[in-house]
Order: sequence, then C-alpha cells, then structure tokens
Amino acid sequence: MTDAAQSSEFVYVTFIRTTPERLWSALTDPEQMKKYWFGMHCESGWTAGSPWRLLFTDGRVADAGEILESDPPRRLAIQWRNEFKPELKAEGQALCVMELEPADEAVKLTVSHSIDRRPSMFIKAVSGGWPKILSNLKSLLETGEVVLTG
Amino acid sequence: MNDDAVFRALADVSRRRLLDRLHADNGQTLGALCDGLEMTRQAVTKHLAILEAANLVSTRRRGREKLHFINPVPINEIAERWIGKFERPSLAALAHLKSTLEGEDHD
Repeated sequence: MTDAAQSSEFVYVTFIRTTPERLWSALTDPEQMKKYWFGMHCESGWTAGSPWRLLFTDGRVADAGEILESDPPRRLAIQWRNEFKPELKAEGQALCVMELEPADEAVKLTVSHSIDRRPSMFIKAVSGGWPKILSNLKSLLETGEVVLTG
Repeated sequence: MNDDAVFRALADVSRRRLLDRLHADNGQTLGALCDGLEMTRQAVTKHLAILEAANLVSTRRRGREKLHFINPVPINEIAERWIGKFERPSLAALAHLKSTLEGEDHD
C-alpha cells in the first residue's frame, strides 16, 4: 500500500465460532456463499493467478479480477474491480484481503478492501455491504441460519 | 465478541466522537485522531484501547504508522438482532415523520 493520504481503505473484523477450515470453505464454496451473500456467489479456482468473478443471482457479472495470493486456510488476496457500474469500474483495481486467525474457540476474520485513490466511490459502495455479509456469514456458521435474506 | 463490551464502549461521548471521526475519515493515526480534540493523547489512547477490545476499532500497521479503522460489524450484529426483527418499513416511516415534523424536510 502507498501513502494513506492517497488511498482509501476499510478493515472489518468479526469473530466466528468455527474452525479456519470451515470458514475457508464458506468463503470459497458457491453454494454456502449464496446463503449469506444475498444470493450472489463467487467463481474461481482459488489459487494464485486464477480468475475471480462475483456473480449476481441472475448470472450477470458484478465484479471481476484475479486471485493474487491463496494460502488456505489463512490468507486470500483478490484483485477486485467493479464491472457493472461505469463510474465504479473507472476507478480501476481494488485489493481485497481476507485473513483468518485462530482466536481461542473462534476464528478472527479480517476483511480489508483498499484502492489507491481518495476519495473512492468504490470503497464507499462496498463498505456498506460487507457488515451485512459478515453478520450473515457469522450467523450461518454459528447457527446454520442467516439473519437477513433480502 | 460480547454485546456488553460493545454497549459499554458506546456508552461514552468521547468514544462515540472518536468513532464519528473515524467514520468521517477512516484509517487515521493516533496523532491525527488527537488533532483538534480537547483530550489528552493518553485519554485518546485509553479510549481507543476500549474500542479495540470491543472490536469497534481495528488497527493496521503501515510502515511505522499504526492506522485506526472503524469496525461497524458488531453494531450491525446488534442492529439485526434488536431492530431487524421489527418492521423496517414502519421504522423508516416513523423516522420520516419525525424529520418532517421537526422541520428538516421542508422544500
């Protein structure tokens, strides 16, 4: 990352009572993803260099990019660009990093999203979605059900 | 994370102010956060530690700097647990009524 004054970033953290392996599976398996990501899911080979895409329920591409780093079940870095809103796509590539660390009986999941520009409409747009997705993911892994479906 | 720690952390005007500052400008150093506040650096450090323990603030090292980020995930969990159960449309209607009656919504 470059100078903080020239970039936009958020860092979200949640603690989920599960194992790193189960959490990694939930983060990379399309069927589990659809349950907590409001019907959306990602498609990727999940190894460094694999293409990555986030798809709407109807199959349209929301975002696309490439897996930069993959170290299961510890760390995933995705080069991430919006594909469906011209003004967000114009901002270019963002970086999403997911880190999984065992913490007592739980796993600490840290999701950061950053882009080398400030301000950034893209970061503003995704920063609103992640808390809901992470709350749903936590609920799904801990109770088998999600809180929000729509 | 337990809800008690979140509520305790939020039950302080100085800590809510620090969260507001991070919401307005995310990823600040301790020095930037202290700037313009009538609080000692030690007091800000103490408040940030309480916010971090409640998982309302996350930190990240960038070179020699430690940056602080607002983490809204625990607040979202509380909102979904306590507010999501109720009718969101009626809450939105009430909020609209309140802003109209209080004069924020006149053309």
